Amino acid sequence: MSGILTYVLEYEGEANKNSLGAVSQAAKLASELGTEAHAVVVGESVSDDVCRNIGKYGASKVYRANAPDGLAQPVVDVMAQLIEQNGYDYALFGGGLLGFEIGAGVAARVGGGVTMEVTEVKVQDGKLVAVRPILQDSAIVDVAYEGGVGVIIGRLNAFEIEESGSGDAEVEDVDVQLSDFSTQAKVVKRGEQRGADVNIEDADILVGGGRGLGKAENFSLAEDLAESLGGAVAATRAVVDAGWYPYAAQIGQTGKTVAPKLYLAVGISGAIQHKVGMQSSENIVAINKDQNAPIFEFSDLGVVGDLHKILPKLTAAVKAKKGG
Amino acid sequence: LKICVLVKEVPDAAVEKRMDSSTKRLDRSGEKNLNPFDTHAIEAAMQIKEGGAVEVDEIVAVTMGPESAVRALHKAVSLGADRSVHLTDPALENSDVVATGYALAQVLKAESPDLVLLGQQSDDGECYTIGAVVADNLGMPSLTQVIQIDVSDNALTCERQAEYGYDTVEIQMPAVISVGDAINEPRYPSLKAIMGAKKKQLDTKSTADADIDTGKVGGDGSKTQVLAINPPPEKAAGEIIEDEDTDETVEKIVAWLEERKLLA
Repeated sequence: MSGILTYVLEYEGEANKNSLGAVSQAAKLASELGTEAHAVVVGESVSDDVCRNIGKYGASKVYRANAPDGLAQPVVDVMAQLIEQNGYDYALFGGGLLGFEIGAGVAARVGGGVTMEVTEVKVQDGKLVAVRPILQDSAIVDVAYEGGVGVIIGRLNAFEIEESGSGDAEVEDVDVQLSDFSTQAKVVKRGEQRGADVNIEDADILVGGGRGLGKAENFSLAEDLAESLGGAVAATRAVVDAGWYPYAAQIGQTGKTVAPKLYLAVGISGAIQHKVGMQSSENIVAINKDQNAPIFEFSDLGVVGDLHKILPKLTAAVKAKKGG
Repeated sequence: LKICVLVKEVPDAAVEKRMDSSTKRLDRSGEKNLNPFDTHAIEAAMQIKEGGAVEVDEIVAVTMGPESAVRALHKAVSLGADRSVHLTDPALENSDVVATGYALAQVLKAESPDLVLLGQQSDDGECYTIGAVVADNLGMPSLTQVIQIDVSDNALTCERQAEYGYDTVEIQMPAVISVGDAINEPRYPSLKAIMGAKKKQLDTKSTADADIDTGKVGGDGSKTQVLAINPPPEKAAGEIIEDEDTDETVEKIVAWLEERKLLA
């Protein structure tokens, strides 16, 4: 059959939200194309419930493969095998890290084409067309697939989760033939939480700190401002990777997605990986000394200046205003 | 141990990036810089060489691109690569990710490295996906967005941030590793290294030299087809304040916040 195959990332008994968004999107597209959307779950102990439940988002069939999870290449083996056996025309992935690796690997293996950071998928003349912003979102391209399997990798949060009204999916266990090289990588530690367990998702006001703060100690500037505003502090991947701030506070591609009333970005350049995690904030204010920083392209108020000078005064002014 | 580093020339941040409306690919005529992310990959190779845990025989920079791409190779050599390979051929023009990854893998096959390093993403229209494509073509294990590499005899212990926190992964070499920018602070090349870079060995290869099936590369060999290029949706430009007098700037910010009832 033709059809759309999606990958669902499962971790500690739950399906990933971006994966379920991809399933919902695939189901809608499949119905427009007059075909079906199916899903694959890979892991060493994925429950029947998790698999069946994916049906609620529109996948009529869910393949379950017993293989190591947390790595891309075993999943590439499984999906390439299913594509070859069943003739899927498209493979669709939600945003995130593994989807990029798996999608690219599948396209290479089956001789297909791949697009990434896709924000919308359209049906044109009975075929899928991926819409993708490029060059720091300064242009948008429509991409079609010619003569091979079309692999579509969504941008984080691009595909909304929607229940389709259908029931449980049919679950089929598949035997996997892993490639030799897929067994040459092993996850020895997974999901390590570095730093304190902070909650940023419930805050109405967030002060996001980036590399422009200069050093870990300077996060106190962001913390003081957040406290005066009655908000919490968030961080970019770069500073979390550098050990300046806890992983639990991270916004973006492999972190949290937030939409507070106010997001005040200090020393953040505004790379796409960060933007995708906070662009739905109601009001975005950015303070950055580089007037060419991409963040000014999508902030409502941009302040070009030295945050080390501005932040202490801003904190004092907010305190005075609130106290008075 | 032999390390190959994949590098790429990208538009200089100061040059306006644009699409060529006739070919619907990125117009590369204004480009002149080594992809900043690739400097982290070269630095990672240098730190493995200087770390002493294993003996590194050679670091080779590899690129695919037009004639101007030699500048990226010179920069890579000035940062520490011992020699470089330039894959260039009109048949490669307009290759998409899958085609590019295949072509680069053909060059790498001839080099047979123990470790292939690359930057996790490039600054231009290409993507973070090239490492996975190269690895699949080479039949090697791979990992992207790696921020820590420890090398022992024939294995790597890598750390990276994934969907649920930090993962530690052990990988047997040969392997393809894309590094994140948090992995290191790239060094600046010395004047002597910059001057000497043009004297180091640089091999230029065509598709025939690299045994590349030209049916699988170029615009015709690519399975993606750009149908249209459009401007992004109009968004009202945000207000901009240039900080000249900080007290005044702060007053303006507070007024802006108050107007939107964010100081309630």
